[in-house]
Amino acid sequence: MAKLRADVRAWMALGKVLEIVTPVMSTAAPGELHLHSYATSTDGEMRYLQTSPEFPMKRFLAAEAVDCYQLAPVFRAHERGRLHNPEFTLLEWYRVGADLASLMSDVENLLKTLWSHNDKILPSMPRLQCIDLVEAELGKGSCATRRERPFLDVTQVQAHFESHGRSFPESIGDDADAAFDLLMDEFVLPALPSACPVFIQGWPPSQAALARITCDERGHEVAERFEVYLGTLELGNGYHELTDAVEQRRRFEIDVDRRRRLGMDCPPIDERVLASLEAGLPDCAGVAVGLERLAMAMLDAARIDEVMAFPVERA
Amino acid sequence: MANYGTNEFKGGLKIMLDGDPHSIVSNEFVKPGKGQAFTRTKVRNLKTGRVVERTFKSGDSVEPADVMDTSMQFLYGDGERWHFMDPETFEQLEADVTAVGDARLWLLDGSTCEVTLYNGQPLAVTPPNFVEMTITETDPGLRGDTATGGTKPAHMESGAVVKVPLFIEEGEKIRIDTRTGEYVSRVK
Repeated sequence: MAKLRADVRAWMALGKVLEIVTPVMSTAAPGELHLHSYATSTDGEMRYLQTSPEFPMKRFLAAEAVDCYQLAPVFRAHERGRLHNPEFTLLEWYRVGADLASLMSDVENLLKTLWSHNDKILPSMPRLQCIDLVEAELGKGSCATRRERPFLDVTQVQAHFESHGRSFPESIGDDADAAFDLLMDEFVLPALPSACPVFIQGWPPSQAALARITCDERGHEVAERFEVYLGTLELGNGYHELTDAVEQRRRFEIDVDRRRRLGMDCPPIDERVLASLEAGLPDCAGVAVGLERLAMAMLDAARIDEVMAFPVERA
Repeated sequence: MANYGTNEFKGGLKIMLDGDPHSIVSNEFVKPGKGQAFTRTKVRNLKTGRVVERTFKSGDSVEPADVMDTSMQFLYGDGERWHFMDPETFEQLEADVTAVGDARLWLLDGSTCEVTLYNGQPLAVTPPNFVEMTITETDPGLRGDTATGGTKPAHMESGAVVKVPLFIEEGEKIRIDTRTGEYVSRVK
């Protein structure tokens, strides 16, 4: 891991990407449904540990408009398993003026460098389309083309599971996003090549709270987002960042509303990052890579514990 | 007893699924970075012994199964019912042929077994790993007879039939591994 951090810093220095350090604690937290922030209340003040350095980094970008990165300690409650530890490290960086294609080349360049430092050669990374992967399982026309419609038909996904003898929780109900997540994990990811990392683009609009939404060449409305996977191991997540403050506030409010209706705790919306967007976030694309996941990919580790000094049970 | 949430799942946990008691064999946490978390489990149906896979959404809850393992003493069997006693409370329970299963081959009066109780009634019986038993009937071994690979069948006092080396005689006591049904050694 130490060598990995050093290699990352060297690559960033070569690319003239500035290392910044932003606060790990904040008075606000993301409202996304599946993110659970650790909260700490001291001297009557409530602060939240970051689930990602995104908000303060965007505030920095709005002020300085320079390429920047961070090796950030992040915290996500209720996430523990073979590939998860509630505390982990995100390598997150932003390129001003970049679009998704150029950022993917950037990521590929970094991985190529890291692989070569480990005497390995990175094969050229395919750019796969989410819709193609899903429709290979469910059949053509299964994915919605407009953002207002649920991306998938849950009953169709359930039928697919049942015809393959796989368990599909009834509790998913009509949640198309949950059905999509399980379909990806049960069918799509295991079918990916495991010898080299791949990019998956063209994600459902409902799954990208902080990305722009665009129309792809086939007329599907998709989020400007890519994921990096090595087989079933998720390595990173990149976006062409949303810069529209009004739209961002709208999405934040939808998230908080959903949390409220489910009886979940609702941390305050980050007004400061919204103010930065109002002041003007430069056109940029950003990516977050799990550093431990990257180490696992390079070392062929089966468990995240193998690349951590002290997993949560011993922290 | 309160329901178990998926975050409490671990190997050995006893839960109710589709009306039958199950034991969790293994569980796996699954979650994409920005998506819904799930728990994939392998569960064993304690009535049928079958292992199946079941996926739960994080936050789902399941009813606990009133299943516990307890040491009991085997008293006697009549071919249809096998009677066990709790050595501390002296409470007696009877197990039917399904519950006693293959354990019936290795039960001797007084031996201590693990009995799995479901709602207070025997669901399964596990004999001790090793038992020592007397051979009630076996052919005398003839020197040089290697046609059967050097073993012969021996009928045990419990009714089980075990392959033993040719030099073992009727009336001898032998040690048997109940998990494989195999001869281990002679008992002096």
